[in-house]
Order: sequence, then structure tokens, then C-alpha cells
Amino acid sequence: MGAADGAPAVALRDLGRAYGERVALAGVTLELPRGATLAVFGANGAGKTTLLRILATLLRPHAGEAVVLGSALPREGWAVRGRIGLLAHEPLLYRDLSARENLRFHARLHGVAAGRAEALLEAVGMARRAAEPLRSLSRGMTQRVAICRAVLHEPELLLLDEPLANLDPGAAGAVAPLIGRASGAARVLISHDVEQGLAEADLVLGLRGGRPALLAPAAAVGADDVRELYR
Amino acid sequence: MRRAAGALIRKDLRVELRTGEAVPAMLLFSLSTFVLFHFAIDRRSVEGDLAAGVLWMTLLFAAVLGMVRLFVAEREQGGFDGFLLAPVDRTALFVAKATVLFLFLGAVELAALPAFAILLLGPSPWGAVPELVAVLALANLGIAVVGTLVGALGIQTRARELIVPILALPLMIPLAIAAARATSPLLLELGAEPVPGRWLAVLGLYDLVFGLLAFAVFDFLLED
Repeated sequence: MGAADGAPAVALRDLGRAYGERVALAGVTLELPRGATLAVFGANGAGKTTLLRILATLLRPHAGEAVVLGSALPREGWAVRGRIGLLAHEPLLYRDLSARENLRFHARLHGVAAGRAEALLEAVGMARRAAEPLRSLSRGMTQRVAICRAVLHEPELLLLDEPLANLDPGAAGAVAPLIGRASGAARVLISHDVEQGLAEADLVLGLRGGRPALLAPAAAVGADDVRELYR
Repeated sequence: MRRAAGALIRKDLRVELRTGEAVPAMLLFSLSTFVLFHFAIDRRSVEGDLAAGVLWMTLLFAAVLGMVRLFVAEREQGGFDGFLLAPVDRTALFVAKATVLFLFLGAVELAALPAFAILLLGPSPWGAVPELVAVLALANLGIAVVGTLVGALGIQTRARELIVPILALPLMIPLAIAAARATSPLLLELGAEPVPGRWLAVLGLYDLVFGLLAFAVFDFLLED
């Protein structure tokens, strides 16, 4: 515990990132309080995943400042890695290991008891299939295991890229307590489901061509404002 | 770091036991190469310098296969970013990967050396086994360290299957020379002679220099 504990979950100022000549993200400035949810909308290639990977310490920003949970990135990335949970497009799991082996591996890396992995598998309805190699599971089941991995260490900030992709309604309901508002974590949520994203959000960021085209409290944003980003 | 390295080593060994992607390929490559040498050099048997040269060239090229698989598998399996997100010293990845490559090399040599003795080697190597094991251990350590360094460099590139051998082979020239010179006296027709201490020292120095270099730069190699 320290002074950084009173800091916002995410504070960005003029954040930018390029891949060679192509600017993927530019001029993003925002502040996300602890426990709040930022919904990020934008067409494919708008810079959403780049933003998420910068916040997850996997990419370095090329411009501006990013402070996550009170630590400046990338300099203090080591200080926040264990406090962030990333659910990316890829499950970030080993296909030849079972769900249980994957979660136990990550539990060891995060210094979490193996019992937590078992409890999560039970919570998402994967206990019965936990011994099967991941490659034999459906995409929805793999997504459930990936969600377990992302929340295994009870992160303070959840970075969620299309978290409900491939999940049936039952599975979506099962993971809601882990990655929904009830988790208590601050969340950065990428979604193409406009209504669902707005319902979850406190703050909305719309990206177009890597630049902010919309930044407002969710209460002040309508679904049509968001859909405009995709035109 | 020990906890993370242990978890990574167990994970890699479990994946290899399940998929058999690295060690069987390395072993098959070694055996095929011995057979090719058998016919290519048109001799019934080899000894001394030639035997040491054939042995080490084969083992080095087989090791390159293992180096490529070591990190390519990490990317293909999709867990690499998962590791990078963990609050652990990233040097643990170096220690784990080098250890795993060292173990893979040992496993391959356990089968490849008897095959070499049967297929190509004239003199019996069994009298010099302790010395041979010492040379192999020192050389394997160097290969494991360099292979892990180069593999980590390659993981960030698209052409990693090309980058790894292109970088690793030149870096391993000193190791190949020292290992072959140290092995040669053990494979003489008239019986094994003592291993020249200076070549063992060269191998030890090589391991030390690249080990220190790896500890110094490995974190940076994993950065975006």
C-alpha cells in the first residue's frame, strides 16, 4: 500500500503508438477511476487492441504518458503486472496442456494457491472437462478457461477484449461474477456489442483511425453515437 | 525466480512428453546425418579429428532444431504473452529455456552417441566415457545458453526459423572448435589420450561469457 493506491486505475495523457510509419494510436487522454468501466468502441484497426496491449505492459507507448494503478508505463511495468488481468483475442494458454494444467501453471507464476484454479474451473462449469487438452475443447470452453486465467490472481484492473465472444448465454452468465461489475475491478472493455458495452460502461471511448472520436460518460452517449464510429 | 523457472521447466517437459516435437526430431536428424556421413565420406569408420568433427557438426545442427522448436512452440502454443504478464523476473524464462535445451541435448546424446559408435566410430569410446561426458556437459551448456539467447531474439521476428540458425551457427564456431579439439583425443584408434585442459578451459570460458551476457541482456530481448 502506498500513495499510488489512491491513483486512478488508468490515467492516459496524449498516448500514442506507431507500427513503423503507421500510427495505430494517437492523442488518447482519459482517466478511469478505480472500480469503474471504460468501454472502448471502434471499427477493426481503430487501435483498440493496441490500447489494451499498452495497458497490459506488452507494448511500449511511443508518445504521451500511461499510468496504470499508479505506476508509469513502461518504466514501472513490473509493479503492475501481477495486478492486471488480460483477456485477449488469443487465450494465452498452451493447447497441449489441459485446462487444469494451464491454470496451475499460471497459479505458480502468480503465487496463487492451486485451490483457486479448481474453484474457478468449478465456477465456470469446466471442472468436468478440466483434464482434457485444450486443443480438444470448443472455442467457448477455451474462452471460459482463458477467463479463469485472466482473473486467477484477482486483478485490480481487467483488460477485456470481447470477453463474451463464443460464449453461450449460460456460460456468459457463469463468467459474469468474475469479469462483470461484481468483480469489483476497474475494467477496460472492448466490445462490438454496442448495447451491452454501453450497459456495462461508466466511460466511453470511441476510436477512429487510432484517434479518439468520442470520449464521454456512458450516460451521455447513445447507441447511435457509437454506431457512427463504424460508418 | 526459482518458482517461476521450475514452473516453466515442468511445463516445457510436459508439453514435450505429450507432443514429442523437439527431441525425436533432433534424434532422427542426428541418426540420419550419421548414416549420410557413413556413405558420404566413403569410409568404414572414422577416428580422431575426423570423428570429433563429424560428431560435433551433427550435434550442433541437431541442437539448432531444438533451439527453433524451444521458442517457436512458445509462440504457437500461445502462452508467451501469458508469461510476460506474470509478476516474475523474466530471467526465469532464460534459466528455464536453457535448462530445457540442456536436458533435450542430453537426451538426444544418450541415444545418438551409441548410434555414432556403432555406425561410424572405429575405436571403442567406452574407456573415455567420463571425459566425454565432461566435454559434452560443458559444450551442451554453451549451446543451451547461446540457443536460448538466439531463440529469444528470434521470437520477436516473423522469420524466426531462419534467424535462429543464421545467428546461432556463427556464434557457436568457437564452441565447435573447442568441443571438437577436446573430443578428438578421446576417439583415437590407439586408445584415448587425456583431454587437453586448455580446450576445456575455452569451453568453460565460452559458457561463462555467454552466460553473463545472457543475464545482462535477456530482459531487453523480450521487450516489444
